[in-house]
Amino acid sequence: MTTNQIRVRVAEVETVAAQIRRLKLVPIGMSGLPDFSGGAHTILSIPDGERTLRNPYSLMSSPYDTSSYEVSVLKAAESRGGSAFIHDKIREGLPITISAPVNLFPVDRRARRHILIAGGIGITPFMSIMRQLEHDDVPFELHYGMRSQERGAYWRQLRETYGHRVHIYFEDQGQTIPLKTLLDGQPLGTHVYVCGPSTMIDWVLNGARDAGWPAENVHYERFSAPPPGTSFTVELARSGKTVPVGPHQSMLEALEAAGIDAPYLCRGGACGQCETRIVSCAGAIQHNDHYLSDAEKAAGDKIMICVSRVDGSTVTLDL
Amino acid sequence: MGLMFKDETYRGDFTFANSPAAIRHFPFPFHEDKYMYAVNIEPHVPGRKGTAYEFPIDIDEHYLADMRDRAITLAEDPLRCQSLPHMLAAEWDLVELLMTSMARDYPEHFSLTRDGDQWHWINRPMKIEDKFTFGNVATLPLRPMEYITRQCQGDFCLLDQRDGDLWMDAGIVTSQADWSLDFDIGMSFKEWHAPVPMAHEIGIFDRALKFLLAMQIGHPVRRLNWTMTINPRLDTAPETYPKWGIDRTTVTPENVGDKVHLRVELQALWRLPRSNAIVFSIRGYLLKMRELVTIPKWSRRMHRVLKTLPPEIAAYKGLSRYQQTTIDWLSKYDDGQPTSLGFFPD
Repeated sequence: MTTNQIRVRVAEVETVAAQIRRLKLVPIGMSGLPDFSGGAHTILSIPDGERTLRNPYSLMSSPYDTSSYEVSVLKAAESRGGSAFIHDKIREGLPITISAPVNLFPVDRRARRHILIAGGIGITPFMSIMRQLEHDDVPFELHYGMRSQERGAYWRQLRETYGHRVHIYFEDQGQTIPLKTLLDGQPLGTHVYVCGPSTMIDWVLNGARDAGWPAENVHYERFSAPPPGTSFTVELARSGKTVPVGPHQSMLEALEAAGIDAPYLCRGGACGQCETRIVSCAGAIQHNDHYLSDAEKAAGDKIMICVSRVDGSTVTLDL
Repeated sequence: MGLMFKDETYRGDFTFANSPAAIRHFPFPFHEDKYMYAVNIEPHVPGRKGTAYEFPIDIDEHYLADMRDRAITLAEDPLRCQSLPHMLAAEWDLVELLMTSMARDYPEHFSLTRDGDQWHWINRPMKIEDKFTFGNVATLPLRPMEYITRQCQGDFCLLDQRDGDLWMDAGIVTSQADWSLDFDIGMSFKEWHAPVPMAHEIGIFDRALKFLLAMQIGHPVRRLNWTMTINPRLDTAPETYPKWGIDRTTVTPENVGDKVHLRVELQALWRLPRSNAIVFSIRGYLLKMRELVTIPKWSRRMHRVLKTLPPEIAAYKGLSRYQQTTIDWLSKYDDGQPTSLGFFPD
């Protein structure tokens, strides 16, 4: 399934903090972009010479103003191309395509109160979520941890806009989110959301579990970039094609580069859309997704081709 | 296209009938001479002119009669329309979807003028005109979902998406094939499908749920479902079973053509943009056996499908009691000739 593609122009590029850039995207040939809900993401497709870079980014602009979208991009320490391109090469005016918004991190509208916990660039989905909660007049508070003042984005404007509902913490000043206090003593009907580094997500999930929170009141968004590895070959059982996968390429990217239309939605191992059946595998499967259960991973007959790979010579897929 | 809305009834004297154009408009559900459950989902894109697939929201000659029948059912049982408090955003999304579709595809009957959040809606057949503020409940005479669905054919359910599941948290259901919104409200996808036989075992609902959770804005999908109904009743709900259940005992070889109806549901699903909910529309169509046999391909196929229907499915659809009588009647219209693949008449 190819997602619905929309043509946009990069209207503004602004460095908002160390290693973080904000992009403003305006539609080409349309008066507005599709409506969306807080927490949704889009996938940017950026042409870079021969290849197309495709990365998911949370929409951080207001769901109530779709004349443009805004996203923020952190330059990855080991960028596979996308964030480095956005930081080093992108210029205002560049036409790119984006996917229609998809929301894998929606708020639970039954909640009486929302506690939002963000770490670093994980602030971005909460930017649109807070607009929505403000619009719906629902109580919320944000707890936002950053490395330092200069590496943290938007904290000044968030404090200005939402006042006492915004709590900020700078790691280099020894400030930490008081998780235990936060999770204790919340009224019934409170939901908690976390987006940030994987270790932070685990910290909050474990903390909520230990504090007796019901699982359905705890929400997180965990996108992974496809980790690099060694090169291997994908054989497609149905079409008979053979596709090489490079060390810094995901299987999904390799298939796309070979002109094969494979299904995807999040490209981050979270949504399950690219689940593919393994026919045979010469090598060890490296499951990097957050979708399959441990039992499914151990069974070794399914793989999420957006982030997982093989340490070995060849994997044969039911494609 | 000039639609002529008919004055007819779905209860009492049962004057409902299809014109020749409405017979050809009917979404015949069998693409081959047998039937089995399948994830028969396809993109809900505009289809053949003059068929139920021409527009995303189909308005036909039964519009005013349908809306009158809905009003009677709601007056007798207000619980046919329910919405949990967190579904208000989805209700407004539904208002937008239905008003924009109806005004775009049937401009002679409906019009919508939007100036920011100031909306002006005109429904000429029902003589309704309202100006309201989109998003402000106080500016409409009814809650948004009830307001617009009292003006649009078909039942509608709003499904909230959370925790990797879909929840039936709002809906208006007055023309259902023996299921109850009041019973199902708040249930998850597999809970409300639990009574369906056989389909769970073959993994239909796992696959369907995964597909629906990934539905995207701007890519609606549809599927057909079917059953049979005795007398042209829209309201065959569990709540009113004492009124219509007994109809099943009244089928005789003489009255099959008029009493027995093929009931098809064109079920369509849209991702709603602001609420991230899914709307599930169930647009029902009734076709008398006497009307069905005016299409030779459909007569042959209906006969063969009923003859080979697995007994579990016949029992679930409630047609065991009159199945044989209907097969016998239809057999006169099946000359044994082969049928072409696909739904449409030859």
